Amino acid sequence: MTINRSWWLIAAATLIIAAPLLLPGIGGEFKGSDDLGTKAIAAARPDYQPWFQPLWKPPSVEIESMLFALQAAIGAGFLGFVIGRRTAGKNVSDR
Amino acid sequence: MHIMEGFLPVDHAVGWFVVSAPFVVAGAVKVRKILGERPEARLNLAAAGAFAFVLSALKMPSVTGSCSHPTGTGLGAVVFGPSVMALLGTIILLFQALLLAHGGLTTLGANVFSMAIVGPWVSYAVWRGMRSVGIAIAVAVFFAAALGDLATYATTAVQLALAYPDAQSGFWGAALKFGGIYAVTQVPLSIAEGLLTVVVMNALSGRAGKVDEVAVLAGEVRR
Repeated sequence: MTINRSWWLIAAATLIIAAPLLLPGIGGEFKGSDDLGTKAIAAARPDYQPWFQPLWKPPSVEIESMLFALQAAIGAGFLGFVIGRRTAGKNVSDR
Repeated sequence: MHIMEGFLPVDHAVGWFVVSAPFVVAGAVKVRKILGERPEARLNLAAAGAFAFVLSALKMPSVTGSCSHPTGTGLGAVVFGPSVMALLGTIILLFQALLLAHGGLTTLGANVFSMAIVGPWVSYAVWRGMRSVGIAIAVAVFFAAALGDLATYATTAVQLALAYPDAQSGFWGAALKFGGIYAVTQVPLSIAEGLLTVVVMNALSGRAGKVDEVAVLAGEVRR
């Protein structure tokens, strides 16, 4: 029953995430809120100069997205490993 | 919720470091204790960190026409208590500051406070509160994760409003402005995070289920 419920919950989460892209009338460039926040600071304080720069920046958007994908992959891979161990344990005990 | 590198005035940056540091130290002590006393909880502790690692990498579209990412700190806060997430969240934020130029070292204290301290504590308070009045585990986990996520973004808005109050409307005007950017965008995402947290909690507890899956995950009850 919980397995069934999980699929419904995943479907609902997917819908919530996809809705802004699918629904008509939701415009925008889908920029990151962190960048918008930084822009709002710049607008409120045009003379503000960041007093520290990142030590290293991904040289391009491609490299940046690769690193984000890597972050997600490492996390998801490990989660899958743990969940897989649990599920395997269940089958063994059922036999 | 990431305040970018160099975008907090020096006194604010230092202030948030001072506020956050004790929580991170307490988190490290708690993690050591859990690892030592409940070896069966090790995998789950790492899984809670991994969950936050995945979710904080995923930038998702929202109804405001901008993108943001969930935090994933609710799961660990519910299972292990909020203090462990201060440490795990700091590790994630360091990774992003150093390798992704996302967030920053000077703003680490402030970002740790919002994502790794306020979020998890709100999640934990919601979880305990709802369970104490007998609300079902799944429902309590959902609200704990969703409200913790939202609280993180509201905290960022408050932090920026404190640093950059509006020339006319002062702190509250700025809080509304930054709240519009961060917190409103976050509403649908935090609902999605709540749903996913319930799914992952169920999947992680595997055959444990039923009795008290959360205590089992925390290694408090022997299988």
